[in-house]
Amino acid sequence: MSDPTRASTLLRDNIGDPTMTQASNSETAAAIRAEVRDLKFWYGKFQALNGVTMPIYDRKVTAIIGPSGCGKSTLLRCFNRIHDLYPGIRYEGEINLAPENVNLVERGIDPILVRLLVGMVFQKPNPFPKSIFENVAAGLYVRGIRNKSEVEGRVEEALRQAAIWNEVKDRLSKPAYELSGGQQQRLCIARALAPKPKLLLLDEPTSALDPIATAKIEELMDSLVKDVTILIVTHNLAQAARISKHTAFMHMGNLIEFGETEQMFTNPTVTQTQDYVTGRFG
Amino acid sequence: MAGGISERRIVAAAKVQDLVFALLGIVVLFFAMAMLATLVIDLLTDGLARINMQFLSDFPSRRPAEAGILSAWVGTTLVMFVTALLAIPLGVGAGLYLEEYAPKNWLSDLIEINVSNLAGVPSIIYGLLALGFFVYALGMGQTILVGGMVLALLILPIVVVATREAVRAVPSGLRESAYGLGCNRWQVVWSYVLPSARPGILTGAIVGLSRAIGETAPIITIGALTFIAFLPPSPLQAAPPFLNADWLSSPFTVMPIQMFNWTSRPQAGFHENAAATGVLLLGMTLIMNGFAIYLRYRLRKGLKT
Repeated sequence: MSDPTRASTLLRDNIGDPTMTQASNSETAAAIRAEVRDLKFWYGKFQALNGVTMPIYDRKVTAIIGPSGCGKSTLLRCFNRIHDLYPGIRYEGEINLAPENVNLVERGIDPILVRLLVGMVFQKPNPFPKSIFENVAAGLYVRGIRNKSEVEGRVEEALRQAAIWNEVKDRLSKPAYELSGGQQQRLCIARALAPKPKLLLLDEPTSALDPIATAKIEELMDSLVKDVTILIVTHNLAQAARISKHTAFMHMGNLIEFGETEQMFTNPTVTQTQDYVTGRFG
Repeated sequence: MAGGISERRIVAAAKVQDLVFALLGIVVLFFAMAMLATLVIDLLTDGLARINMQFLSDFPSRRPAEAGILSAWVGTTLVMFVTALLAIPLGVGAGLYLEEYAPKNWLSDLIEINVSNLAGVPSIIYGLLALGFFVYALGMGQTILVGGMVLALLILPIVVVATREAVRAVPSGLRESAYGLGCNRWQVVWSYVLPSARPGILTGAIVGLSRAIGETAPIITIGALTFIAFLPPSPLQAAPPFLNADWLSSPFTVMPIQMFNWTSRPQAGFHENAAATGVLLLGMTLIMNGFAIYLRYRLRKGLKT
């Protein structure tokens, strides 16, 4: 897959308009939350994304899978411009976020605006060295929400959404570091949810957790998609199969195939996807 | 079994190696500590007997038994206050700017190299700068303010470097998640980076102040007096606004100068006084360092369990 032209041909052949129209039909015209169009990304001289095109369906879980170094985290991190913290990066193409129809990676769009719209949870649970309450309220304060009762209400709502309210309601003023790894990660999800993001990005959120904590987070995602659109990067194929509605398979900076998860795992169009999901490579 | 024997030989050789290095380390450590201990014990035997309330509450005098260090310790305290007030905000601000705001290019590299070099410039050079610029060009005189300013300049690079290192040690995950929430740079720096970097910054600041407290050369260079038989006006007053800035423009002396002055006298009594001053100066430095260690411990505990 080192030949980019072949990759893009494959891309066009397999996830071009026909496949997507089909998907939309079967979804009875599911709403689209974001649309990635020919997104290219460079770290300095190294091109990490070679023109990715895919939709993100509203209030569904979309999983990005692929072997290490395929660009799946790079793609995810484009969605809230975390790349902008480091020098020498460059975007080309579009990520259009509905309904505002802003191109998230456009140079004229301030990364802070993007991050106010799109929430992110990282691989390692990284609560702030503050209390549990302050962690969840942090995003609200940033948005100028300071009314005490409103903040308290939204903190509770977010903690309930993240299925951690019952575990922390009696110790909201305790340091977040006293929580276990799994609880910390759910706290980080609550922190990202409190400002009601248009899109929630999860970058391998369970890779540092044990199976029980992982199961809790998967369960949580299931209940979250009622309200939030989720884009998740995962190394764990079974996880992608369990939780996502759509799956994107990436390899060496190219999107190889995008489709409904069930179809991707049972009857993929591209041999490479088949090899990967059946464990023959990657 | 043959393999077993050769592996045992490797273990035995490793043990000998460890033992040799440990012994060498102990010898070196012993020498270093012995020298330091000799110095401190010498100072203590000479000066400890001289330390009493009279010594602390009297002005210098021609008669060694009646001389005290009142003006010196008050001067040191006030000068250190000015130094801390100037060096810490400026140094922390500069360090934060260089680390979090400044674009990384040849200019910031050049500044970084120069700041590190400044930390190694002999202190008398700072004294000459202060004499030429503050005292003569600006006509500020040999005052507490100028003394504090020159010491602040002297320790500024230490504070800047310590701040940069402390800020650099803040995990990138913390920064990313704060930015990920939509924080702007100032919010990230103020609410997340600075609290995490505070133990390191404070340690650097106090190490800098500990260096400043013992500095003699720059203070002598700007022409601080060696014999002062009065106190600067009090910074506090009974009438509003309760604070008084007159002390800033008062002449002063500091403990190292008093000590230097006494050691150059022929009488043995003055040498005793100098030793006693040395003991007190050492004590002040130890207390400051102890305070730094305590603060670091307290702040780290608050940050992570």
